[in-house]
Amino acid sequence: MPDVQTLVNEFLFKLKKRKIEGSHATARQTTILLRSVISQQRIPYTHQAAALIDAVKAVGEQLVAANPVELAVGNIVRRVLHIIREEDLSPTTVAIAGLNVSAVSDDEGDTDHDDHPVLSAAAVAAASRNTLRPPSLQTLLEDLPDSAAVPHTSSSGGDSEGKSKSADKSSRSRRLKHDVIEAVNELIEDIDTCHEQIAEQAVEHIHQNEVILTLGSSRTVLEFLCAAKEKKRSFRVFVAEGAPRYQGHLLAKELVARGLQTTLIADSAVFAMISRVNMVIVGAHAVMANGGVIAPVGLNMVALAAQRHAVPFVVLAGSHKLCPLYPHNPEVLLNELRSPSELLDFGEFSDCMDFGSGTGSPLLHVVNPTFDYVPPKLVSLFITDTGGHNPSYVYRLIADYYSTDDLVLQRKPAPVN
Amino acid sequence: MAPKRIRARAVSDDPEDLARVPLQAVLLADSFTTRFRPITLERPKVLLPLVNLPMIEYTLAWLESAGVEEVFVFCCAHAKQVMSYLENSQWKSLPKFSVTTIESHNSISAGDALRLIYERNVIHGDFVLISGDTLSNMSLTRALQEHKERKKKDSNAIMTMVVQRSKPSPITQQSRLGTDGLFMAIDPTTKQLLYYEENTNHSKGTLSIDKMLLVDNTSITLHNDIQDCYIDICSLEVLSLFTDNFDYQHLRRHFVKGLLIDDIMGYKIFTHEIHSSYAARVDNYRGYDTISKDIIQRWTYPLVPDVLSLGNSATKLERQGMYRSSEIGQSRSAQIGPHTVIGTGTTIGSNTKITNSVVGKGCTIGSNAVIEGSYVWDNVIIEDECELRHAIVCDGVVMKSRSVLKPGVVLSFKVVIGQNFVVPPYSKVSLLKQPTKQDSDEELEYADNNSDTLDSAATGTMDKLNGDPLLEFSEMEHHVSSELGYGGVGYIWSLCEGSHEEEWRHSVAPIPAEKLAEITQVIEDDLELVSQDSNAPASSGELKPDTQINAEDDAVYFEKEVEATFLRAVNENVEVDHVILEVNSLRLSYNMQAADCAGAIFHSMMKLALDAPHSMQNELLRNVHNTVNAWQKLLKSYLPGKDEEIEVILKFEEICLESVKELSPLFTQILHLLYDKDIITEEAIEDWESEKKDADEADRVFVKQAEIFLQWLREAPEEDDEEDGE
Repeated sequence: MPDVQTLVNEFLFKLKKRKIEGSHATARQTTILLRSVISQQRIPYTHQAAALIDAVKAVGEQLVAANPVELAVGNIVRRVLHIIREEDLSPTTVAIAGLNVSAVSDDEGDTDHDDHPVLSAAAVAAASRNTLRPPSLQTLLEDLPDSAAVPHTSSSGGDSEGKSKSADKSSRSRRLKHDVIEAVNELIEDIDTCHEQIAEQAVEHIHQNEVILTLGSSRTVLEFLCAAKEKKRSFRVFVAEGAPRYQGHLLAKELVARGLQTTLIADSAVFAMISRVNMVIVGAHAVMANGGVIAPVGLNMVALAAQRHAVPFVVLAGSHKLCPLYPHNPEVLLNELRSPSELLDFGEFSDCMDFGSGTGSPLLHVVNPTFDYVPPKLVSLFITDTGGHNPSYVYRLIADYYSTDDLVLQRKPAPVN
Repeated sequence: MAPKRIRARAVSDDPEDLARVPLQAVLLADSFTTRFRPITLERPKVLLPLVNLPMIEYTLAWLESAGVEEVFVFCCAHAKQVMSYLENSQWKSLPKFSVTTIESHNSISAGDALRLIYERNVIHGDFVLISGDTLSNMSLTRALQEHKERKKKDSNAIMTMVVQRSKPSPITQQSRLGTDGLFMAIDPTTKQLLYYEENTNHSKGTLSIDKMLLVDNTSITLHNDIQDCYIDICSLEVLSLFTDNFDYQHLRRHFVKGLLIDDIMGYKIFTHEIHSSYAARVDNYRGYDTISKDIIQRWTYPLVPDVLSLGNSATKLERQGMYRSSEIGQSRSAQIGPHTVIGTGTTIGSNTKITNSVVGKGCTIGSNAVIEGSYVWDNVIIEDECELRHAIVCDGVVMKSRSVLKPGVVLSFKVVIGQNFVVPPYSKVSLLKQPTKQDSDEELEYADNNSDTLDSAATGTMDKLNGDPLLEFSEMEHHVSSELGYGGVGYIWSLCEGSHEEEWRHSVAPIPAEKLAEITQVIEDDLELVSQDSNAPASSGELKPDTQINAEDDAVYFEKEVEATFLRAVNENVEVDHVILEVNSLRLSYNMQAADCAGAIFHSMMKLALDAPHSMQNELLRNVHNTVNAWQKLLKSYLPGKDEEIEVILKFEEICLESVKELSPLFTQILHLLYDKDIITEEAIEDWESEKKDADEADRVFVKQAEIFLQWLREAPEEDDEEDGE
């Protein structure tokens, strides 16, 4: 137990000190942390899922508070909660199916043994899809009887029966935990492979002799472009340098190393160059529920330029970047103001930061925001690991990945105003 | 538990790789100065809040993020407070980061601290030396790597000093951090530090460097645009050096300069310049102000309030650099301006204006108050219509309604300011009385920092206040109600001798316009001189052999030298001829005129006369008489003509007007005396009078005073003429 706590504290500290950069790394590490939280969590006989959900929520709340700007943390916490809920619903069906399988396999030979699991697995999948995939109202309705059923079974039964029940229970609880961990492992794998998943679709989008524009650097974009290159597509890339961090320089270097025809331009030259561009492909920090994008600073300008010249504006985002929140809330739409030293050399400008003379208040104020908000109407297409989607479809995608119960992570009710 | 584990691992790694020793740091949680008095009498400097967080938090956060694994915090003054703070802080529970405190009660300087740490034998390799009031966001890896590589090549490279370039103008240096100008000579290729001089004298425009530096090094760059960040990467030798040289006290003044001068051991110091990162040390109130504003402007990212905020008091950054914590009660009509930080649980009344300020936790601010450029710490009560401009207000202060703090005021803990009371500019107010012994020498100031008497007095007062507030307050009120207005509690500290001039330099208030103009003037003069003298670059560049002489300064020095010579002559009964010889040599070396010598000698004579014991003006006059009698030969030897004599009279006037007011009533008598002794001729006096004819009224005071004498003088020659005629 203390081990998890130290792990959590360490991770919190890293998040706080902004030591983990990028939503991909953050998402991955959050998932790994939550996995260990789940595996260390003691589960009571009753309300197993509820106990797990509480534990994950408690940790998740701290994580989100540690760096509210990094939305991927919240996304992953919600994803894991959703996984727990999903696994909590499926055991009943799985258990029935499992009993059937064991009963049948005891009696019959190998030939049938091959068939049944397939059948039952398909049935389980169908059942779980039935219970979970439909919109929230139905899941809510099905949730209630399930949780009511658990205490009912535990209360009934005598001594010997109770023992066997509890043994069964413990195995069931182990299975729940096991299943959840399995599913979380899958999630980690998903996050790891999201670049490749997205890159696989590259050829469908990039055509021969096209000109692609991108801004700043994104690993997803790099892999996407390289995948198209590997499939023998020949095209050119314009890279806007992405001031003030100039990560575009790094991207250009990488692209050239992979043998792509690359042109580096200043951010301010985007509008001049956009008329020669066939498609804009960029990465994102987060995709909001309304299809809006929180992206590195400068992208709104690029999106507007693209709209003006009717150039498709394509956003690549792994599914961990899908955020089930809407950007109306100022609590959500946070920006990170980074150090002005990325813009100015402190030594050279130290006389402008001179508070001793004059009125004591500085006349020079440097603002260095990290993110832009690109409204959904400027985005032509999202490419996620599950395929291409319209901005207006994002809310449906989100319903697949998240449970509506988890949208608000704070356990405390909001203060009454 | 944590340190043990780390050490165990380090030991196991030792055989395979020596470099894998955990990086250690020594953090001096005591500045060994008294710049922050009276606040530091009650709380150690490192625990003073800087934008609502104790300074040591910033230092530790940086050390942690820079990859330091073991920190030894050296506590001296208020050691208990520092230790209990660290005990309850987040730093104790972090893995891979251990904080160990070392307590001392008799260390009076950084030198003593390092000697003690050496005795403890806890440092095993290279370590970072930093004081608890330094904050930075630089990355140590490069500096550390450079240091290690140099050390491998040359075992004498024992220290790397982190420096930062700032705008090459001394005015910025002074007005930003309130520190003195700093001159460094650095080898441009190896980055070795060759010369280090803190220019303590602002009027001094010259700098002398050993010419051997030029002989030994092919090229030198001289910098006055470099700021010392007070972050050092040291090798183990540094500690042993401190032990060997037990008189080393100050890190820079003794240690660095000692190493630079000492060429026997051949130890070398190198510099590491940081460009985009931030590093600065809170040295005084002005630095406190500037660094607070830098933090608010996010130069120290990620060490900024919304990232660092502790516990549940999440701070949010809003537009225009406003940081607001949760649970603030703010009236709708209150105007909170740009670059302001408001702490948790603070309430602000209607129509109150707050700009460019930091307000701590749990403060209560009434309505119609004005807070501008001020630092209000925790749990302060500011009643209606108070005005605070560029002030520091410590925890628990109560400002009764309509009280006013003028720029530069510092209110220490739990002071109460009475109604309608106006605290004068630059005053420091504390519940504790000013210590009676004031050491003007900074070296000695260390001494009383660790005196436990003050400490106990502080806690004693606190206890009393807490224990029986009503009684104590009424008692206090009785005593000091006059000093801080009706109902006020506390003592206004008198400004110590000589530092009055310095108050504006080191306070949080912006430098007054006239002072600023003064500094600029001095600098411009210097620059003009430089450009006249040669084409030497103004800021920093290759060393040129020319000396930039500031004529006015030289005159002052010359006068002092002459005076010293003269006094020695008086005390040791040196013959007049010898004195003349000495003064002549001085005259040659400073390139002065005879008139200057005469003026200087006359000045010294008057000083001598004045220094002799006297109670009445008559006695003073007799003293002057004696002195003139004894030394008239010396004076005469510099008075070959009328011009020199006029110079003496002018000098005399100047003395009477400026330095020695006592002499002014005797002006006429002394003038007469000089005339009688044939030191000053009649023509000279007449010329002086005619010269003064066109001067304005203020200049003619002495002419008027001498009117009768002049009258007599004018009549006398006529008589003479008549006599001659007859």
